[in-house]
Amino acid sequence: MKVFCVAEYRFDELNPLSIELLNLANQIKGDGSSEAVVIGKDVGKYAEELAKYADKVWKVEDDSLENYTPDLYVDVLLQLIEREKPDIILVGNTAQGGEFAPYLAAKLNAPIATDVVAVDVSDGVKASRYLMQGKLMVDLKLKSTPCVLTIRQGVFKEGTEVGGEIVDAGIKPSRESKRKFVSYIEPEVGEVDIAQADIIVSVGRGIEDESNIELAEELADLLGGVVAGSRPVIDNGWLPKDRQVGISGKVVKPKLYLALGISGAFQHVMGMKDSELIIAVNKDPEAPIFGVAHYGVVADLFDVVPELIEKLKEIKGA
Amino acid sequence: MKIIVLAKHAPDPESEISVASDGKSVSQSGLVYDINDWDRYAVEEAIRIKEDKGGEVVVVGVGTNCDDTLRKCLAMGADRAIKIPVDTSFDAYTTAEVIKEAIKDEQFDMIFAGLMSQDLNNAQVGVLLAAMLDLPVATAATELKVEDGKVIARRELEGGYLEEVELPTPCVITIQSGINEPRYVSIMGIKRAKSKEMKEVSVSPSISTLEIEKMYLPPVKKAEMIEGDPSQVAEKLIEILKERGLI
Repeated sequence: MKVFCVAEYRFDELNPLSIELLNLANQIKGDGSSEAVVIGKDVGKYAEELAKYADKVWKVEDDSLENYTPDLYVDVLLQLIEREKPDIILVGNTAQGGEFAPYLAAKLNAPIATDVVAVDVSDGVKASRYLMQGKLMVDLKLKSTPCVLTIRQGVFKEGTEVGGEIVDAGIKPSRESKRKFVSYIEPEVGEVDIAQADIIVSVGRGIEDESNIELAEELADLLGGVVAGSRPVIDNGWLPKDRQVGISGKVVKPKLYLALGISGAFQHVMGMKDSELIIAVNKDPEAPIFGVAHYGVVADLFDVVPELIEKLKEIKGA
Repeated sequence: MKIIVLAKHAPDPESEISVASDGKSVSQSGLVYDINDWDRYAVEEAIRIKEDKGGEVVVVGVGTNCDDTLRKCLAMGADRAIKIPVDTSFDAYTTAEVIKEAIKDEQFDMIFAGLMSQDLNNAQVGVLLAAMLDLPVATAATELKVEDGKVIARRELEGGYLEEVELPTPCVITIQSGINEPRYVSIMGIKRAKSKEMKEVSVSPSISTLEIEKMYLPPVKKAEMIEGDPSQVAEKLIEILKERGLI
């Protein structure tokens, strides 16, 4: 198999997921090759990092590629893919990769599977992925090659160095991008930095209403911690954006992460899975959060939290 | 400003999920369907733009059972609905293809879709459709500014960062949850929706790119479960916290 891996970088840093793509490529290439593609204005530095893990690194450089646009990424990738004919194209399942990969697939008339966590090439190309927010898994067969797979971060961390060559692909965009990059916007900074907290009481959809945030705040105060939340709580405006735990919010590693009414979607779990102690309370015994927690309680948080508050008050009063 | 919004009638992942006896699909028993959560935000965004700038909002649903969701969108304030009574199952290509066919006679400025569906989490249909129509695309929009012939979109990146991009119309934009506060359906809205058009467009899908081999419950490492009544549970939690020196 010839496996292409499209690299990603931002703010001067290669996304570690790019190396994970190469680890996967090296696992499945057989007597083929792992080939990274890095696109931009001046990508030599990234190419060198990638070359450690790739048989070959294709550099695609042009001034117009300084900032990512799906239009031009797809344009140059189509040219290179038509010339080099890879069997599989791996892309990170990120804000960037998740955007241009389906576009690329449609232009190639190629099957695509997104957010993939396992790949099997023993009989055609098969990919495994979650659905139903992590509650089910499916094995898919992609009916033809080339095919496109976007890969979940953190799955293919193990790999060995290969040490390959860096080649200028000699490809330029064939047109201007219709979509223009304007600017990056920095995250808002709030009063509390949850990434610095030792104890986090985190609430999800199960908190049900804005007025119930108080309950979490009371518990957090007694524990000497701060309140954070998962996406639905932030979307509803019940907590500010800088309190969001997850890929699109903050990554936290407190001593205690108490997850109340949080189902445990992957996007959230990636923001808290390295916490030292994770305790989850959820009504749903099948909630994926119990797959990452050290201790779990299947219960209504409104039954457990008031009891916990009472007992903590007794201890503090004593 | 004419906006087409794709709205999926989708099972809520918080409902009871199990695998059907064929081992390749989700069992329908226990599933609770509603408008896909991301699409609710997309419909709201389209209606807000229409209320501000005038125009029309056309909502498109795929599936033999999508009437309730389309009616809900009409009750929220969409002007008319197109129903494509085809069950496209897992293959986002097929879904995008039938939508492309069904809207081929519609002139539009923008197509909105939710970033992903709450059941399959593929995040593909909107982008595939953009590619099939050869239109520019932006995904995961958290803020939109619509001007003459262009849209300025802020899209969500990792780590709390956003990216601002500018797209000419016509274009396709997928909407991230939290971009607005979707309105509740009012009694007046439901009444008005009854007189709004819901047109069925029959399209036969021709593309199939994927085959489901197996569906199953994911293997999970389980947490140590604490049992008992709330008071006993709280007691045990306190013990754990004490042992760890956290209280």
